[in-house]
Amino acid sequence: MSTPPVLDVEHLRVAFAGRTVLEDVSFRVQRGEFTGLIGSNGVGKTTLLRAVLGLQRIESGTILVDGAPLSQHHRSLGYVPQKIALDPDVPIRARDFVALGLDAHRYGFARRTKEQHELVERALADVDAERFANTRVGSLSGGEQQRILIAHALISQPSLLLLDEPLANLDPRSVQEVVSLLHRVASDHQVAVLLSAHEMNALLPVMDRIVYLTNGRAASGTTDEVVRSDVLSALYGHHVDVLTLHGRVFVVAEPGEGDQDIPEHPTLTVN
Amino acid sequence: MSWIVEPGFFSNGPVHVALIVGAVSAVVSAVVGVVVVVRGQAFAGHALTDVATTGGSASFYYGVAPVIGFLAAGVLGAGAMDLIGVQRLRGRDLATGIVLSVATGLAALFLYLDATRSATTGATQQILFGSIFTLDSSTIPLVAAMSAVTLGVIAVIYRPLLMSSLSAELAAARGIALRAVGLAFMLALAIAVGLSSIAIGSILSTALLIGPAATALRVTRRLRGAFVVAVALGVGATWLGVLLAYNSYYWFPSSQGLPVSFFIVALVFLAYLVSGSSTLRRLLRPRREVTV
Amino acid sequence: MFSGFMVNAWLIGTIVAVVAGIVGFFVVLRGAAFPAHAIPNGAFAGAAGANLIGLNPLIGLGVFSLGAALGIGRLARHGRADAVTALALVMMLALGAAFLSQSTEYEPEIFSLLFGEILGVSRGQLVPVAVLALVCVVAIGVLYRRLLLTSIAPEVAAAVGLNPARIETMFLVVIACATTMTVPVVGALLIFTLMIGPPAAARSFTDRTALALWSSVAIALVTVWVALACSYQTNWPVGFFVSVVSAAFFVAGRVYAWWRHSRATTDRASLVA
Repeated sequence: MSTPPVLDVEHLRVAFAGRTVLEDVSFRVQRGEFTGLIGSNGVGKTTLLRAVLGLQRIESGTILVDGAPLSQHHRSLGYVPQKIALDPDVPIRARDFVALGLDAHRYGFARRTKEQHELVERALADVDAERFANTRVGSLSGGEQQRILIAHALISQPSLLLLDEPLANLDPRSVQEVVSLLHRVASDHQVAVLLSAHEMNALLPVMDRIVYLTNGRAASGTTDEVVRSDVLSALYGHHVDVLTLHGRVFVVAEPGEGDQDIPEHPTLTVN
Repeated sequence: MSWIVEPGFFSNGPVHVALIVGAVSAVVSAVVGVVVVVRGQAFAGHALTDVATTGGSASFYYGVAPVIGFLAAGVLGAGAMDLIGVQRLRGRDLATGIVLSVATGLAALFLYLDATRSATTGATQQILFGSIFTLDSSTIPLVAAMSAVTLGVIAVIYRPLLMSSLSAELAAARGIALRAVGLAFMLALAIAVGLSSIAIGSILSTALLIGPAATALRVTRRLRGAFVVAVALGVGATWLGVLLAYNSYYWFPSSQGLPVSFFIVALVFLAYLVSGSSTLRRLLRPRREVTV
Repeated sequence: MFSGFMVNAWLIGTIVAVVAGIVGFFVVLRGAAFPAHAIPNGAFAGAAGANLIGLNPLIGLGVFSLGAALGIGRLARHGRADAVTALALVMMLALGAAFLSQSTEYEPEIFSLLFGEILGVSRGQLVPVAVLALVCVVAIGVLYRRLLLTSIAPEVAAAVGLNPARIETMFLVVIACATTMTVPVVGALLIFTLMIGPPAAARSFTDRTALALWSSVAIALVTVWVALACSYQTNWPVGFFVSVVSAAFFVAGRVYAWWRHSRATTDRASLVA
């Protein structure tokens, strides 16, 4: 295929606060692919996403979005940050916030067209937000705000949607809801998705590819290709086991010497 | 030697009073100020100085000693701000700003009424910018007493105060009465502001409150060290300011010199800027953020 | 009350209210109350300095407002924002006091610079004030949507290519511009009231952004007009009435918001029950 990947990261090296967070990270995200960026807390997932967005300085390596360097392609990216403090005193309705996703970069005070209004309606419907579209964004619950942020990011029809830990601190049922929502809107809009999470199991049914991040390096491919004892052991630098139980995957790693960030059992969860 | 210290400095009566009152208010301001800066309440602290302005101008109008006006208004203002909820994070800047605005509006009214009613001028200047050289030595006992009270309050609530400043949640979990501690601190702050208003005027007392504290926190690593440095800076700036103002009387004979408050504020500001310079950082060796 | 010198006062008061309502809307949105208080104090020093060396005070106002705005913006990035703002504020006030102490007109000058002298505004000042007002309003209009997004969700804004730091600087310059033209009218200490009271009240009354902006202007206009009328009748300072009326609107807004919130929670509770 001649279309360039939506995201092409090569030999990325990022350092801050005196240490190297990402040593040599390479992976690609193709059009429409649903990709999970998996890694334990502190391993550099947010740093990687910020680097892709151009918010983090990189030491070396290249990042190409739609085949071109980042600076020219901000409109190709949609971003949903992990936490956003939306003040309930701020007078902006959910639907107006979503509308800003269309034209926040425009100058002046132009009125929005009928088509634009319809785009907003559709974006709200996509994330099941019609119910609270006229409420202040700051008054919404965390989950509702997240959906509005997703709608805001999607409405400009980006090629790639980046989400920073959208599933963190959610109960299992909400996790399922968010994952299926994301999968649905991604395939409806043919948008590639790169979302970071520290636990991969909820994403197994919908992930096309996985980028597994640890020790400043990444292994990418399909889940079957990557989540294997030999691949992950090489990545971690010491032996790890991969267990499958009832269709769920567990990566069991012991903390060893030279490990910077790995807590006891990074991806072991009990549902 | 006479070009550093103009003649008669050390034997001058008003100078003695100025040095004593200035030093005492500098000490109190520095101590309270460190806590203010750590709590991120610089705006509230500044708002209280504007409230003190109201008190000062009202006291002029009603013929009461300014110190009473400063202190009374400060205490009332602190109580009002606590009531409006300046302690809660959300919207507190706006609430603070409104209190500040009303206080300043009232100050404008009192100053105007005073100006139209009496023939005396200089009220504005004295209240806002201080007149440390015209202080009477009889104010010293009151100033000393109020300072002792303030420092005593801070000493008593020190640990819960620090705990609640660093993490309100943890403090509440420990059973600390956040509202009570916060209110007690606001009152101590009000008195500190009132005291320094006497020395350098209400509008500028923010400088003695925030300046030495902010500088000390930039330069030291431990909180206790910050208190010491802040006090040293505050007293140093005050004394040096008094000296320079005295000298300026001789340097600019036509206009009777520059105000003391200007020198003190300028020195405090300068100290802050210098503390941020890279040469100083290298001298002091790299230090990280403040730990307790 | 509507003839002679008062005409100027009404005209300029109206212009000031419009600018304060619009710029203040974003001051409140961005939580920039403290810088909005500090920058006019820089203006105070500038006017005093210009006065001392015989320049048009507006030049001094402009130069120092701008310096204050950019200085505060720069210093705030490298230290504790609120402590730095407080220090810069008093430094400028002290400078102003020093300048004034060297001139002969110490007392009345201070009062008018701090608390305003709208009744003493001349016809000649109308034009520069109107021009600066136009500049402020146009700047906000052009930056409107960028300002909105960078104020509400700066992370998201940065991700789509906006530059929150640059927008911040530009906004501070707009504040400087607004204070330059308003300080001679309502004074350095009180312009800030117009920039926070009406917008804070307005946003309590409506959820819609544009409506909140226009309400902010409307409330500011009412505030200034009422203040002018009262000041004319009583001869008391305009600034006093501005602060009291602004505070009244602010409190009304808070009360209304509280009532709305308690009604919403009881509605939701009754739904669940």
